[in-house]
Amino acid sequence: MAARVSLFVTCIVDQLFPKVGMAVVDVLERLGFSVDFPERQTCCGQPAFNSGYREEARQVARHFLDVFNDADYIVVPSGSCTSMIAHHFADIFDKEPERLDQARALAPKVYEFSRFLLEVAKVEDVGARLEEVVTYHDSCHALRELQVKDGPRRLLGHVRGLELREMDAAEECCGFGGTFSVKFAEVSGGMARDKIASIVRTGASAVVSADSSCLMQIQGALSRANLPVRTLHLAEVLASR
Amino acid sequence: MSAAFDEKIHATLADPKLQLAVYTATGRLIEKRRKAITPDACPDYQELRSHANDVKRHTIEHLDYYLEKFERNVKAHGGQAIYCRDAPEVADFVLSLAKERRARLIVKSKSMTTEEVDLNERLEHHDLESVETDLGEYIIQLAHERPYHIVAPVLHKTREQVADLFTERLGVPRETVIEKQTMIARAVLREKFLAADIGISGANFLVADSGAVVLVENEGNARLTTSAPKIHIAIAGIEKLIPRAQDLAVFLKLLGRSATGQPLTVYTSFLSGPRREDEIDGPEEFYVVLLDNGRTKVLADREKRQSLYCIRCGACLNHCPVYRKIGGHSYPWIYSGPIGAILTPQFLGVTHEPGLPFASSLCGACAEVCPVKIDIPRILLELRSEVKKSEEREGTSRLERLAFRVWAWVMRHPRLYEMAGVVAAAVAPSPDGGGWVRKAPVNVGPLRAWLSQRDLPPSPPKSFRQMWRQR
Amino acid sequence: MSRDHVLHKVRTALSRSVGQSIEEPPPSRLSIPEMDIELRIATFCARIEALAGKTHRAASAEDAGAYVAGVVAGRSAVASNAAVLRDCGITALPGVETGITDPDQLRALCATAACGISGADYALADTGTLVLLSSRQEARLISLLPPVYIAVVERQRLLTGLDELLSVLPRPAEQTSSMVLITGPSRTADIEQILVRGVHGPGEIHVVVV
Repeated sequence: MAARVSLFVTCIVDQLFPKVGMAVVDVLERLGFSVDFPERQTCCGQPAFNSGYREEARQVARHFLDVFNDADYIVVPSGSCTSMIAHHFADIFDKEPERLDQARALAPKVYEFSRFLLEVAKVEDVGARLEEVVTYHDSCHALRELQVKDGPRRLLGHVRGLELREMDAAEECCGFGGTFSVKFAEVSGGMARDKIASIVRTGASAVVSADSSCLMQIQGALSRANLPVRTLHLAEVLASR
Repeated sequence: MSAAFDEKIHATLADPKLQLAVYTATGRLIEKRRKAITPDACPDYQELRSHANDVKRHTIEHLDYYLEKFERNVKAHGGQAIYCRDAPEVADFVLSLAKERRARLIVKSKSMTTEEVDLNERLEHHDLESVETDLGEYIIQLAHERPYHIVAPVLHKTREQVADLFTERLGVPRETVIEKQTMIARAVLREKFLAADIGISGANFLVADSGAVVLVENEGNARLTTSAPKIHIAIAGIEKLIPRAQDLAVFLKLLGRSATGQPLTVYTSFLSGPRREDEIDGPEEFYVVLLDNGRTKVLADREKRQSLYCIRCGACLNHCPVYRKIGGHSYPWIYSGPIGAILTPQFLGVTHEPGLPFASSLCGACAEVCPVKIDIPRILLELRSEVKKSEEREGTSRLERLAFRVWAWVMRHPRLYEMAGVVAAAVAPSPDGGGWVRKAPVNVGPLRAWLSQRDLPPSPPKSFRQMWRQR
Repeated sequence: MSRDHVLHKVRTALSRSVGQSIEEPPPSRLSIPEMDIELRIATFCARIEALAGKTHRAASAEDAGAYVAGVVAGRSAVASNAAVLRDCGITALPGVETGITDPDQLRALCATAACGISGADYALADTGTLVLLSSRQEARLISLLPPVYIAVVERQRLLTGLDELLSVLPRPAEQTSSMVLITGPSRTADIEQILVRGVHGPGEIHVVVV
């Protein structure tokens, strides 16, 4: 019997990068999982939390807990959203014991996409093929809060035809940071330009990451600079055949 | 954020030479640290960090005990511990001692704490000359500027700028060779060391079981400051305490490596009291000023008191992508970088510079490199919440608050959320060929800010949930 | 009184009362590796050389004296009152002033001498560090003011590193008002990150292991 996986697609993928969500579904189904998409899902609350609006974040987080409370596994194609749910829900529910318990019970079931593949599905080779030279951007939350570093590289290592070139400064922040990208736009833009310079130095035709928010920032900068490099979410690479 | 903050940031970003100087200097420090903490160079680096965090937590949680212990031991070795509530009290102490001893000349070694209390400014106009002796601080003093970085005060200056400064302020012929500039300063300062009545230092650590002040440096000016004059005053925040001399094994290892990649700096001084009876040289009087100046306020906050663990290594500055762009002088207070971003609101209030806790992408590089494991991003998030609460009380940022309230309401109602998505997709520009969007019809607010730096993604023909339903 | 005021604020912040006891601090962490004397000397010298210091392994007390004589080369020098310097014949070298106990005289000599010469109370192999405790034998300014500094280290004083030093000397304050760890020549990179030696302390150091 196929294990049931609930997909939290994240609001940014839902609204702006739906192909990433379809790619996640594709990869999981190919691996024999039955994917469930609870349609009442919206957001994890991170934008409000990061902006200092904890009450608003709580409201949205409560909704999340209600939507996903009977999930076995929750897969998330984003390091930052996973970190919000698995680490920061406990911070915002510190005064609501019931919700805190719910959040704590939920946390071990929430998986960032690459970690789900490696730790639950226990696969490194998903049978993907993509003839391309790519480089990998380590998104900050995935890297530092979820210890996602080697995982995606191992997964990419099995993609037939793919050449992975490391950029210098792979671990440097792309400059998105949620509302930071508009509140401190100049600084954010500068960070993005540093990142794309690093990407260009590899000669890769695509940059891959585990977070669509980073990819949005990076692609925005690449496009503004009229550079032909494209961005791909890890799921899109792994779904390629 | 305040207009001042915004302007300073903009000015720094618009200066390519300065950008390059800051980027290169911090890049070097990053590389030096990296080499010093490889598994070969420092096999137990992560354990040292955990241990340091444990010791600091213990010390801070029992700070009264350690302060009193320190005080007893300072006295036992012939020195005096002086508590000061704030900056004016520090200045008063120094001035009254100077007056009593008819002191004219003070030499100072590098101390961020003395900058924090504006000591040199407060001593001016009192017939007292106070000279900085660390090369970088000396240059900063001549230039009437603030240090640019905790460890590298003149990171931002070129040799040409130093040459101009020396010629203008010292009257020497213009000299651009760095080694020769250093020798000019050396000669000037040597005279000062030997003539000074009082030497003022900071303290990297205060050792409770010894009543000792620990100073680390590479130049030798701190040794001279604390050995040549007859009086030594060490000025330190109360949080500098560590319980035992033996704890230095961990802290010195972490400080040198994190700050400059050195296992040990050239000179480490462990000073306890005035010279002993059979010693040939050293000061005759020894004072340690224990400064509050807002530290007890930070201490009172359970979550955020870890901010006081800081050993002032500067690693967080070096690794912060924001610091590396906006530089030390964009920050509103003496402490810059990530540590400055968490200390400033706690010391001066969140309204002093409300934008400061938001001047971060929360990348976490600071927390990753902090030798004492301060969870800086977590503290920034708390401070952001405090800023918003204070804005709510004062009735500012109304539009933003309303926007987030509406946003939360929409996000709690899936059908509204979907509708909002459909509406946004309908009005969003869709360039031909599916390219990214360079201009928006309504160029205001966040949209304008985003587009000032990069393009926007086009709206996809269908959202994920629409595609899911149509599978 | 500020003392009471500050301590009161500290206690209030921590919800602690006057005279309240504490739990034990985390045990201090000292790790002392096995290192035989030959390895210690070799490591010690290598570290110093890596910092642009010069080292000399003396075959005997006379050899040590001869090396130092070569460095001093008739220039003015002030030597501390460490016994090892006398044993190596250094205090008898021409131009070397020693046996000084008057602070003003010491300071005046150190300010003008070309070389400062001292012994060492301990040395640390893994970092190439000299450890000097201020005492009747050792004044502070000798290793600090003159631009050339020479230290004579007796091999039995060579420890593995800082951890061993703090194990052997857990409370330096009981012995001295000043314990200094010296690791290489004085240096700065404040201007444009360019390294310059001999800023305030000696720019040239020689370490003789005897």
